[in-house]
Amino acid sequence: MALNFELVTPEKLLRSEEVHMVVVPGSEGDFGVLERHAPVMSTIRDGAIQIYATPGATPEMIKVEGGFAEVNDKGLTILAEKVVDED
Amino acid sequence: MASLKELKDRISSVKSTQKITKAKQMVAAAKLRKAQAAAEAARPYAERLETVMSSLASGVSISKDTPKLLAGTGKNQKHLLVVATSDRGLCGAFNANIVKEARIHADKLKAEGKDVEFYLVGKKGKPVINRVYPGSIRHHFDTSEIKNPEYDDAKEIAEDLVARLEKGDFDVAWLFYSKFKSALVQEPQTQQIIPVPVDENADANSKVAVEYEPDEEEILSELLPRNLSIQLFRALLENSASEQGASMTAMDNATRNAGDLIEKLTIIYNRSRQAAITTELVEIISGAEAL
Repeated sequence: MALNFELVTPEKLLRSEEVHMVVVPGSEGDFGVLERHAPVMSTIRDGAIQIYATPGATPEMIKVEGGFAEVNDKGLTILAEKVVDED
Repeated sequence: MASLKELKDRISSVKSTQKITKAKQMVAAAKLRKAQAAAEAARPYAERLETVMSSLASGVSISKDTPKLLAGTGKNQKHLLVVATSDRGLCGAFNANIVKEARIHADKLKAEGKDVEFYLVGKKGKPVINRVYPGSIRHHFDTSEIKNPEYDDAKEIAEDLVARLEKGDFDVAWLFYSKFKSALVQEPQTQQIIPVPVDENADANSKVAVEYEPDEEEILSELLPRNLSIQLFRALLENSASEQGASMTAMDNATRNAGDLIEKLTIIYNRSRQAAITTELVEIISGAEAL
């Protein structure tokens, strides 16, 4: 059970991996995306994406500024305008 | 026949030219790798945005409230040609090719009775366009301070373009740049950027019910300017890779030509030197025989 997660910035493809869950800071509230999530398209506000590699794991945080999240049958794609010191 | 001294000077001058072209070639080769990597790294974003755009745009019906970036101004009279060139020379026909593409397009539009204006990015296109279409340059975006194009630069251009669109400065915008295929091949591109061309065939596979958050219109109004910046950003990156590629090829040729020229001149130099020595010897010998 894994969610295909991609994080892309204008400069490059930052992440492309299988994870358990990603919590996206949507402009109308955070939402968690698991595998087989219904298709959604949402703008995101400045905030941190939380990536859970496995259930119950400590989430990895990536701060992003502005962008889009798209969920389709292939997985979650986040098009972030900017990523603040990714590590 | 040129004197020995003249020949010698010629040779040394060609040699120093060769040094310059060789240095420029090596610099271009090093920069090319970087520029190419940047252009390739930016592709995933542009591609993904494109899919999102087309699935979104095909689902939205065009009404009065549709953003101008998608629907256009409703007119088709004033065309703005955004021509992206480089700031430096020594890159062969790179800039000339882009400008030529833009001129062909401009002439076509003029023949149809449209108004054509130019928006230049980079300074190398300016002299030619100013000469052929005097007074039609609307704005010149200076990129001479920019070493590697960044997203923020593209965004700045995009915001400027949107502001001009809102003011009614133009109805349709075209973008001209050079697409990087390889170090040897760069293709000048013509692309309509405003309004966004909607792919008619795209809606076939976008039947999935997608939830929009906030609503479609708001997403669209945020996505459209971003799409524009991305297109421009991509153009800038492709351009810088193309410039280095063209420069490398041109300088490689120039270096080789200089080498050929040096060889030729050296042969002439040696021959005339030999001839001079022979004449001198003949003179001495015949002088000695006369005694």
